[in-house]
Amino acid sequence: MSKNTSMPTHSRRPVSEPALIRWALCLLTLAFLGLFLFMPLAAVLAEAFRKGTEAYFSALATRETLAAIRLTLLTAAIAVPMNLVFGITAAWSVAKFDFPGRSLLMTLIDLPFSVSPVISGLIYVLIFGLQGWVGPILADHGVRVIFAVPGIVLATIFVTFPFIARELIPLMEAQGREEEEAATVLGASGWRTFFMVTLPNVKWGLVYGVLLCNARAMGEFGAVSVVSGHIRGLTNTMPLHVEILYNEYDFVGAFAVASLLALLALLTLAVKTFLEWVHRDEIAAALR
Amino acid sequence: MRRTPFLLAAALAASTILAPAAKAETTLLNVSYDPTRELYQDFNKAFADHWLKTAGEKVTINQSHGGAGKQARAVIDGLEADVVTLALAYDIDAISEKTGLIPKDWQVRLPHNSSPYTSTIVFLVRKGNPKAIKDWGDLARDGVQVITPNPKTSGGARWNYLAAWGWAERQFKGDEAKVRDYVRAVLKNVPVLDSGARGSTNTFVQRGIGDVLLAWENEALMSSKELVEANVEIVVPSLSILAEPPVTVVDKVAERHATTKVAEAYLRYLYAPIGQEIAARNFYRPTDPEVAKKYAKQFPEVKTFTIADAFGGWQKAQKAHFTDGGTFDQLFEKR
Repeated sequence: MSKNTSMPTHSRRPVSEPALIRWALCLLTLAFLGLFLFMPLAAVLAEAFRKGTEAYFSALATRETLAAIRLTLLTAAIAVPMNLVFGITAAWSVAKFDFPGRSLLMTLIDLPFSVSPVISGLIYVLIFGLQGWVGPILADHGVRVIFAVPGIVLATIFVTFPFIARELIPLMEAQGREEEEAATVLGASGWRTFFMVTLPNVKWGLVYGVLLCNARAMGEFGAVSVVSGHIRGLTNTMPLHVEILYNEYDFVGAFAVASLLALLALLTLAVKTFLEWVHRDEIAAALR
Repeated sequence: MRRTPFLLAAALAASTILAPAAKAETTLLNVSYDPTRELYQDFNKAFADHWLKTAGEKVTINQSHGGAGKQARAVIDGLEADVVTLALAYDIDAISEKTGLIPKDWQVRLPHNSSPYTSTIVFLVRKGNPKAIKDWGDLARDGVQVITPNPKTSGGARWNYLAAWGWAERQFKGDEAKVRDYVRAVLKNVPVLDSGARGSTNTFVQRGIGDVLLAWENEALMSSKELVEANVEIVVPSLSILAEPPVTVVDKVAERHATTKVAEAYLRYLYAPIGQEIAARNFYRPTDPEVAKKYAKQFPEVKTFTIADAFGGWQKAQKAHFTDGGTFDQLFEKR
């Protein structure tokens, strides 16, 4: 979705394919979306409201569900800002400077995308577990990492850290270094160059990156499942809580929490669309 | 522009985490296996009331559920359970061996090998039993799909496996080659291995996969009685295993949390008439003879053998069958 920002605007010439093919392609896309996106979403909502709105809200208002919502929001509130700082730093250094090991750094940034989330969780168990490398030392000092909130946050940060960097790197590379060089020649300090030249240029990529990162941080299951310990009311995030409720035959509860997760995703989408709409002139100008 | 709220949120979040958790009330963490969810939901409420009345202290019990092997692994890796209530003795032995958090002789500390309730393994089939599954032998037939969890992670699956093995040993008069052939044929009929008993029940009941589910009796009774729409019925095999799910305090963790007293009381309350009633109402077989008599009608009559008699205890059974390269690995690989 971020690609829109860097794509050149098309000329107004109508497409040359025959109408039949255009319609067929449109229908295919719609059918695909309907089957894989709208139908499951509708099913989630139908299940959640099967016993009425009252059952829906009382399912959400239980102590354990509220705790899961709180934990999920807390995790995202820590993981996203951390990855914001990391993502900007990484993208800035990779796109604006040449240094030995640059391509290695690029590969490392992509690592969480290619590693299975379960492995991402397990590495933290291996490091911070009681049988792990530093776990026993930490335990002696009463510090708990895995099976507690810090472990969940760590695993979430690991899984979501490429999102913002990956969003910014192509954008920064496309924009080149001329503006920064001009700023430097005119005597601006490094910080000033960054805040007044680099950052405004990548503002939109950054917003998308943050939104994507946030969506994934709230929805992550695999990695968090490994380090959570599944203590309900304490270390259960929303996705994990959905599984627990489902396993307890509490289908209204499970789908109510699932619908809330879907709602958060839709909200993310709405925020993005809204921002695009409010700043449409600015975006168009940036593309020119 | 978005910076200030983010930093603020981060600072807030960090302060809530880094600040030492102020514990006004006592909390216990009970790390349990997969199908005990409903049992401990009821029991925890009853115990909290009891403890408030008798000791005048408010206690909150937190629960964690999953396949017994997985749960034991989590405790070994540092999940701070005050008490563990697992599916079989070997998993608690493993915690004791690997961490020293529990003394070696934990199983003699409470009556009935530390098992306040027992269960057994039965079959759950589709309504009307269309595949005519009557006994263990039918599980090896071609075209019968058998649902059971993974013995590496699930305690229930290990009881299932040993129940089948024990039946076969008697059936084939101890001819090990025939026993192996039989168990291999059963494993060949297993399409999916879930990590815990509840996962398998969902595969069978909710997702409609398979012809027969090897299940804890409590799990089978609950699905057939409480999920009427599930359209399943119970088949009791000619012989099964007496499953003894044990409980114990994790001494060193409880000491650190200063919860030893309440943790011990919690487990003893499982043996009290109220605890036994709650177990029976959740379809676990009570060990208290009075309560057992009262609830006798809800349990089918099953002929059982014990793990001690048939396999010489869990240590031996685990080594022979479930360690890496044990009979399960050998037979599952060549199925």
